[in-house]
Amino acid sequence: MMASLTGKVAIVGAADTEVGFVPHLSATQLCIDAALRALEDAGISKDEVDGLITCNSMAEPILYHAEAIAEYLQIFPKYCMSVGTGGGTTFSALHHAASAIATGICDTVLITMADSLRSGLTKEQTMAMQASTGHREFELPYGPTVPAYYALIAKAHMEQYGTTPEQLARVSVTARKHAHLNQNAQMRDLITVEDVIQSRFIAEPLHLLDCSLISDGGAAVILTSAERAVHFPHHPVYILGVGEGHGHEHISQARSLTTSAAVESGQRAYKMAGLRPKDIDFAELYDCFTPTVLIELEDLGFCEKGEAGAFVESGEIELGGSLPVNTHGGLLAHCHPGNPGSMFALTEAVTQLRHQAGIRQVPRAEVALVHGQGGIMSSHTTLILGREVG
Amino acid sequence: MQGKITPKPTVETAPYWEACRNHELLIQQCSTCHHFQFYPRLMCTKCTNRKMQWKRATGHGTVKSFTIVHRAISKVYQMEAPYVVALIQLEEGPTMMSNIIKCNLQAVEIGMKVKVEFETWSESMTVPQFTPV
Repeated sequence: MMASLTGKVAIVGAADTEVGFVPHLSATQLCIDAALRALEDAGISKDEVDGLITCNSMAEPILYHAEAIAEYLQIFPKYCMSVGTGGGTTFSALHHAASAIATGICDTVLITMADSLRSGLTKEQTMAMQASTGHREFELPYGPTVPAYYALIAKAHMEQYGTTPEQLARVSVTARKHAHLNQNAQMRDLITVEDVIQSRFIAEPLHLLDCSLISDGGAAVILTSAERAVHFPHHPVYILGVGEGHGHEHISQARSLTTSAAVESGQRAYKMAGLRPKDIDFAELYDCFTPTVLIELEDLGFCEKGEAGAFVESGEIELGGSLPVNTHGGLLAHCHPGNPGSMFALTEAVTQLRHQAGIRQVPRAEVALVHGQGGIMSSHTTLILGREVG
Repeated sequence: MQGKITPKPTVETAPYWEACRNHELLIQQCSTCHHFQFYPRLMCTKCTNRKMQWKRATGHGTVKSFTIVHRAISKVYQMEAPYVVALIQLEEGPTMMSNIIKCNLQAVEIGMKVKVEFETWSESMTVPQFTPV
């Protein structure tokens, strides 16, 4: 029987850099900026960090990225690695970090990630880089783009469950509504369902406003053991459950287009936490495109299969609804600098659980679910976080 | 088709692309458990046996899902936009990605029956495409 991580590890520092269009800082500088801000938030010196995880940058790739960041900071960790597991699976790195702390390999892990997709690369370079996730011989020749991969999923969900373009659009409308309350968000203007439907098609059935942003930015968190966490300046945010599920890499090889390995990652996280979907106060779900949110809501047990469209349409995922989702605006409206994208969901969950989210605060938030997804609905990691242990 | 992303055959896939040049769609079948698979691999994904055989597929399949791409990845692909990228379930079972060509894009639907057709991209490369039956 595997030892449980529940309540053994806490997040004691969390911070975002400036996001959106940040041309005056390179990807490496953003990564350092995020780290420094998180250290300041945790009230510790860099020399207390004995574990470091980063992700490589597309705009400024470095062969040994984590080592380069350690060298820049002049720290000498016991545990140091750069992960390249795609947009959402940065939380798999957090899973490793938490395991390293729980087993005593290190005391204090810094996870810092940033990239400059907006100012460091051309739109064409970013598109080509992202789309290269397709199979070189059996997918890419046919001209799919990243939105096209997700459009295949959206179309299948619409066919199977009667999900409508308006229901997909509502995910984006909600994200903007939340971003409107977040002064750090890249896109704060309110939009309507009509605006989404009338925006141009990128890959049918997905419109421009069904797609997430292209941004610069970074975020960092600091983890330590639950025993040590109580001595830090902010209320600790405990890891109650974590689970992963990995289904495929290439979308043509998916076991199902409409049900993802989030079912498995969710079940594993709930089991570790001893909690159920009804115990979750708010969720930060990976929203690179609008259909991913619907599938995650279903696969993580917040509604029955095929019912997420109606759930979203009824306003349940808005602040004030039964399950506020992406309270900062998510990848659709807050920012999306590529691989570090899901980190902002994590820092937002920490802010909410510390009850420091100001006008977008979820009242009495005690338990959050954060879900990362990488590839084309390929790799899933679910975290359940809480203000209290158990 | 200059400028398109052209497949580069490997030891595992060369027989597949060679057959395409002869307008034949080959897929792998395990000689032990008879499982059909696509894309070609060194081993059977069901029983891990390495003895895979090449079988001629009927070339008939069904559209599992599709999208109409408006914003393409490069100028060359953009010249053909809007175009259909589809997942096609072959009669033998496995799923492959392809384009659906020579049809009204708005008429494409999930569940539609399609059959393979071969498009010559260069002297050495012929690519399977699909068209409505």
